[in-house]
Amino acid sequence: MVSTAVPRVAARRGVVRRVRWEFWLLLPATLYIFLLIGFPLVLSIYYSLSHISVGRRDYSFAGLANFRAILADEIFRQALRNTVLITIVVLIAVLVLSTILATALAERFPGKPIIRYLLLLPWASPVVMSTIAWKWIFDSQYSVINWIARKLHLIGPYEFPQWLGIPSLAIISIIIVQVWRILPFATVITLAGTSAVPRELIEAALVDGAGFFTRLFRITLPLVRPILGVAILFTALFTFTDMAVVWILTRGGPYNTSHVLSSWAFQVGIVAGDLAQGAAIALFMLPVLAIVAVWVLRLSHREVTE
Amino acid sequence: MTATADIRRLFLRLLLVAILAIFLAQALFPFAWMAITAFKRDSDLYNPTNNPFLFNEPPTLAHFRLLFKETKFPRWIVNTAWVGLATVLITLVLALPAGYALARLRGRVGQNLGIAVFLTYLIPPTLLFLPLSQIVSSIGLQDNTWSLVLTYPSLAVPFVSWLLMGFFRSLPQELEEAALVDGATRFTAFWRILLPLAVPGILTAVIFTFTLAVNEFIYALTFVSISDLKTVSVGVPTDLIRGDVFFWGAIMASALVVSLPVALLYNAFLDRFVEGLTAGALR
Repeated sequence: MVSTAVPRVAARRGVVRRVRWEFWLLLPATLYIFLLIGFPLVLSIYYSLSHISVGRRDYSFAGLANFRAILADEIFRQALRNTVLITIVVLIAVLVLSTILATALAERFPGKPIIRYLLLLPWASPVVMSTIAWKWIFDSQYSVINWIARKLHLIGPYEFPQWLGIPSLAIISIIIVQVWRILPFATVITLAGTSAVPRELIEAALVDGAGFFTRLFRITLPLVRPILGVAILFTALFTFTDMAVVWILTRGGPYNTSHVLSSWAFQVGIVAGDLAQGAAIALFMLPVLAIVAVWVLRLSHREVTE
Repeated sequence: MTATADIRRLFLRLLLVAILAIFLAQALFPFAWMAITAFKRDSDLYNPTNNPFLFNEPPTLAHFRLLFKETKFPRWIVNTAWVGLATVLITLVLALPAGYALARLRGRVGQNLGIAVFLTYLIPPTLLFLPLSQIVSSIGLQDNTWSLVLTYPSLAVPFVSWLLMGFFRSLPQELEEAALVDGATRFTAFWRILLPLAVPGILTAVIFTFTLAVNEFIYALTFVSISDLKTVSVGVPTDLIRGDVFFWGAIMASALVVSLPVALLYNAFLDRFVEGLTAGALR
């Protein structure tokens, strides 16, 4: 009895000592992240299943009542449709445009560093400030777009298209601003991918008489696919979860037709004070986040095994 | 043969110029529009028959005067600076040790921990702001800039830890080991030897975190509703934009004053941030 107890204590001490110093250094950040990301995430799932509102701390279990209520609401369904539509259109536009821009930027030309720097400014600018500038560009009376369209006789002299006041135009405006702001980001990623394509491969293809599009679709794009995946991933994530652009441009208007999940969650959860339903609305972002997370894990796993 | 090749090359060159010109125009147009509007007189601005691209009347500084003298904009700048600097400080205190530890943890555990930290970066504030608003008010920080100081680092710590991990990995481990052999503690080795070498990485982290704090919108909108305590990102769109009052000159002046320095600074580090992201997903 006595003889076995001593080594066991020693072994336990050894375990304590074997908690490596790295873990102690990781502890504060881990705790903080758990407290401010992990805990609220669990809490928001709990909220969505409860009756809680700003005025009433009623944590009693509501089952799926909140989800049934929001799914029955046409504004929510519209917001969900908008979010998906905006994300898909922005994704396609950003991919096509960033491929064009990255191809152009891969060429050699004078003044390239400064031109590249200027092209990337939209992503670097604070999103709130540049969206405000766009709100003024889309102004109902003094829109510069309308002024140009009038001069080009695309619209009549007394026509004032309400960019942010007509449902379809409001959605188009949101898409324009999102593409404008995310394009530089996707271009930098695509550029990093294309410049990693071995020069010899391109030259070999040139010798074999491959045309521009053959080179693009047969060599460059397949080789940059993993890095293009990163661009797709983050473009989708940034568009799908953003609220600032929509809230500043339209506040979900006109008549709540241009809401996205985040802005509608804010409207219901904070402005109207129904925390439970607001949380349920926001949780509809979770499937997309899960897909993105799995994607990241698969990419990182593949890199490890290679 | 050579003639057609020359024509082809010329055509490609012109195409390149055209593409770059179009992309430059769309990228810079909103900034140009801020600048033109900010210096224009109201009587010029709100005359629909005027060419909006030209100064039909002499430029003016009236909008900047209004912005700095008669609105709470200077107050918001001060608030933003305070929140931004405090956020940077807290983020560094948490992320420097974490990044260093992640860099030195080899093998599967370190790899998985690194990816786990990165994954938390993918959880957006738009998913967390509702429960956080309740937490903030239950500890009495509603309408207090401390609510932002305490929550903003959660947006930066995951990515900054990741960024610093990559940076510390690039520094040779022999340096600190030599110091450890010489009898230095792990802390002195880190503080005296690694930290000075990591200054470029830390600078990148500082710029990223500070601009994030300037940029942040949804937490600031949710937690702070007293005008005097707002940050610029919320003060300008909520207090300066009013449906019935034309304030566009001053609003564009504020957009210009905030976005230009931030954009110029952030842009200088953009490649490093993107590298961090691609490494996060690929390594």
